[in-house]
Amino acid sequence: MARARTVARPTIPAPEKTSIVLVVNGAERPLKVAPWTTLLDALRDYLDLTGTKKGCDHGQCGACTVLVDGRRINSCLTLAVTKDGAHVTTIEGLAKDGTLHPLQQAFIDHDAFQCGYCTPGQICSAVGLIAEGKAKTVDEIRELMSGNICRCGAYPNIVAAIEQAMGQS
Amino acid sequence: MINFEYARASDVADAVRQIAGDPGAKFIAGGTNLIDLMKEDVERPSRLIDISRLPLNKVEETADGGVRIGALVPNSDLAYHPLIEQRYPMLGSAILAGASQQLRNMASTGGNLLQRTRCYYFYDTATPCNKREPGSGCSAINGLNRMHAILGTSEACIATHPSDMCVALAALDAKVQVIGPAGERTISFADFHRLPWDTPQRDTNLEPNELITAVELPAQGFRTNYTYLKIRDRLSYAFALVSVAAALELEGARIKEARVALGGVAHKPWRDALAEGALRGQEANPANFRRAAHMLLRDAKGFAHNTFKIDLARRAIVRALTQAARGTPQSQSNKKIR
Repeated sequence: MARARTVARPTIPAPEKTSIVLVVNGAERPLKVAPWTTLLDALRDYLDLTGTKKGCDHGQCGACTVLVDGRRINSCLTLAVTKDGAHVTTIEGLAKDGTLHPLQQAFIDHDAFQCGYCTPGQICSAVGLIAEGKAKTVDEIRELMSGNICRCGAYPNIVAAIEQAMGQS
Repeated sequence: MINFEYARASDVADAVRQIAGDPGAKFIAGGTNLIDLMKEDVERPSRLIDISRLPLNKVEETADGGVRIGALVPNSDLAYHPLIEQRYPMLGSAILAGASQQLRNMASTGGNLLQRTRCYYFYDTATPCNKREPGSGCSAINGLNRMHAILGTSEACIATHPSDMCVALAALDAKVQVIGPAGERTISFADFHRLPWDTPQRDTNLEPNELITAVELPAQGFRTNYTYLKIRDRLSYAFALVSVAAALELEGARIKEARVALGGVAHKPWRDALAEGALRGQEANPANFRRAAHMLLRDAKGFAHNTFKIDLARRAIVRALTQAARGTPQSQSNKKIR
């Protein structure tokens, strides 16, 4: 087979880092980021908020799900620089005054995880799902949570936890 | 990801000016496909021009009874917009059949049109691919081609267009509004995406220095007799093996107008004027649906692993037309196909 990519490409020198401000879990966090720094890497590596997980890093698993201006998104496919000024909510920002968020409590009540790696993404995604208000049935919960993969297969308990929290909201 | 520069466009004119000044630059809006391709080293822009804050985010009625969708309207907002839910439910259904809610919250209308094939070889920079590296060869033709095209293929490329939304837009006869250094122009949806021919590196007829500003829908929305039926390897969050957007306008049992667009089978959403014409004036019944399906697939050609798609598409077309005629569109949450 012919070899692909035989032409060397010129290297672009690293541009100056850009100053941005993210409002993360209610607190203003000034940051200096390169254009290619993802929101996920900014949260984990620059702000030490390691609750948000890096799974596939390609938008396929949902482990990196956070809320930006109230909407759930994949932080691995988001460049931090494009979100200058945005409000970001991560798993660390859900509990209030030592009380777990109803979804966090529901995940415990229903044993909705095994290894726990996908759980922060599952919970942030479910917060977004409830805010959207489009899921009324179990089928709709399943469909609208399909962007969050759980390789331990805790799906039935995850759905039950979300149902419980929906009932409370 | 390679190093690149970043700049924000202050308005539409500034965006067009900036892209004209740097042939290696690309626009970024939602970034769901572009960032992924940059991580895979398939896309290597010298600069990203951020258009995500431009005021192209409205869904509004047009003077001729249609709807104009700003290029930056997120896929999720579009699917749930009252004008779309009430007047173009096939479009909303197709959008909700694709990706995940997180991705739909990020992805823009214009970006959905410009997303690139998910052919494994296009993504794998260690293998030849004419779309990624013109002239290097096609690894899919004699490789793993289960997901690949059965219609309109060329010796250079058998990739498919991955969008669900675009299949519905094709069926609805949408128009794409673009702006470039020479001013604005409108491209009909049928002319927007290209077949691969010997230039598979070009997915669309959009010029590299042009920006999509809006997608316009004509007044006819087929709100009663429509469906979007998507067949895939798992029930959710997977690209189509075959999908069908089917819309009918009925007068009693007779078909006054018919639209059938196929996804997952070609380099662009596939429509066939002959097959749609043959349905017009006929009774909406299984025999006529089978005849239309046969016509749509008359030139279909399978490869080593995807010949099954020809039968699958034929049945999916008949099923979709049946759902449309009955007025029982496919649910995108309860996946039982009736």
